[in-house]
Amino acid sequence: MLLRPEPLHIPDGFLSPVVAVAGWILAMIFISIAIRQTKNQLGERQVPLMGILAAFIFAAQAINFPVAGGTSGHLLGGALAAIVVGPWAATLIMSAVIGVQALLFQDGGLLVMGWNIVNMGVITAFTGYAIYKLLLRIIGQGRGARIGAAFAAGWFSVQIAAMATSVELAASGTSPLKFVLPVMVGVHLVIGIGEGLITAAAVGVIQASRPDVLIAGERAPGRRLAVFTAVGLAFALLVALFSPLASSSPDGLERVAAEMGFLALGQDPTYEIFPGYTLPFIGGEALTTILAVTVGTMIVFGIAWLIARTSAVREAAGD
Amino acid sequence: MHFDLTDQYQDRPSSIHDLDPRVKVVLTILYILGLSLTPEAAWFVFLVFFVMLLLVVGWAQLGLTYTIRRSYIAAPFILAALPIFFMLDGPTLITLPGLGWTVSAAGFDRFFTILIRTWIGVQAGILLTVSTRFPDLIWALDELHVPKVLVAIVSFMYRYLFVLIDQSMRMRQARASRSAVTQESRRPSAIWHAKVVGMMVGSLFLRSLERSERVYAAMASRGYEGEMRILNSFHMRPQDWFGLTMGSIVLLIPLFIQFIFIR
Repeated sequence: MLLRPEPLHIPDGFLSPVVAVAGWILAMIFISIAIRQTKNQLGERQVPLMGILAAFIFAAQAINFPVAGGTSGHLLGGALAAIVVGPWAATLIMSAVIGVQALLFQDGGLLVMGWNIVNMGVITAFTGYAIYKLLLRIIGQGRGARIGAAFAAGWFSVQIAAMATSVELAASGTSPLKFVLPVMVGVHLVIGIGEGLITAAAVGVIQASRPDVLIAGERAPGRRLAVFTAVGLAFALLVALFSPLASSSPDGLERVAAEMGFLALGQDPTYEIFPGYTLPFIGGEALTTILAVTVGTMIVFGIAWLIARTSAVREAAGD
Repeated sequence: MHFDLTDQYQDRPSSIHDLDPRVKVVLTILYILGLSLTPEAAWFVFLVFFVMLLLVVGWAQLGLTYTIRRSYIAAPFILAALPIFFMLDGPTLITLPGLGWTVSAAGFDRFFTILIRTWIGVQAGILLTVSTRFPDLIWALDELHVPKVLVAIVSFMYRYLFVLIDQSMRMRQARASRSAVTQESRRPSAIWHAKVVGMMVGSLFLRSLERSERVYAAMASRGYEGEMRILNSFHMRPQDWFGLTMGSIVLLIPLFIQFIFIR
């Protein structure tokens, strides 16, 4: 009942080594920030609480229900974890879940585990949290608002994770973006509904019996940094989705762009972090494009982090 | 109702099982890295990798087909790579009748390279899991400088996985015994199912949270100060160093083949 490979668990062999290593670097950055953040938040309760909640996510993923055509729906859980314990704790919880799935069940590869953590742990947690908070701000704090926001958070978190997975596959030359993106997003439009419904119903139950838990989750420390991280991630994904248009010589991705008639758009890139998205001292167009995107992503993330840091300090000084 | 995960580990009296878990983790990662670095369509090199894997599986007394029988796990993901058949330029191999899609030689090579890399890579992961006890594996990751807190969370998770899965199974049983089912009635909608599952997930979360509070209280009353103390420890014995050295050297063989015969 537990062995069900999912479209988001990338196995080994599907990502090129450069892409895989970039994923590990990103995952390690997020995990080490998350460890610091949750240490402040939970103190010595950190390990027992998060260990048991990781086991909870694993057990919750195993509860499935039949959907048409012999397939079954179940929870991924990143958005739910972010709503109930905050995005940084959720990042750690999901990393542990993904690690155990890969090590114990070969559900997701070892070399590509970095991206699996980023896709299913970091991205689902942060987009879910950001959407949930944003909607609560817009439509208020009532019971219905929380449930509706939780549905949207669950749905969006799965979409964004699917988009990120598509970009990584395309960057590795495994599957062309113009195919894998619509397929991944199309499949997850449906899977996302299940995720949204389960997340919403779970939040409804928690709201009814322990509303204090939800409020504590919404007030988890590191909120501001989390919002900036979510914005940074969304921006990085946007750059990655359109970066093939900015590279200077025809490679696999560019050919896809040319076929789609996007090439005219790419002739004059409005943004150019590196000249033609290639680093001069490393040969190989595809390789340098990937490297440039990775470095660019990290720079964007670094800037977002710095802004969040300074505004957090100002917030603390203001309070 | 009890769920058992430990059946992943297969106890055999082999020197592979006996090897220091750190050595096994490092060699597995190097092996998968080697696979990923092997150029496209280097079929002979992939064959060498595969034979190496089979030899170790045999050496671990698992029976030669053990990992092959369980390697279906990554199969559904192969679908994501299928279109590469039709997407690369190059001399045409086959044209699909009716559709007019052409399979290029480059597309063929790329697809089967991905397929083989994944298939062998998954088997390497299976071999690591079935020959190493999970607590030892976690210990090795700690020693190899995976962040301590993450390792502690994973080992805690492993400890409570059984408890929480058992609890969720009891909840399902309780639900089933309370709900009347008639064979003739129309099946409820998927949305209704999702809602029921969501409510179970919600109450399972609250139970887990409360359990974690009890567990923490029990730990604190026994002197827990925020650091996990682990008793098991391995020391690198001569045979472990030998295994590490030999493994690394053997892993260089495919690399040499590439340079000498293929380039």
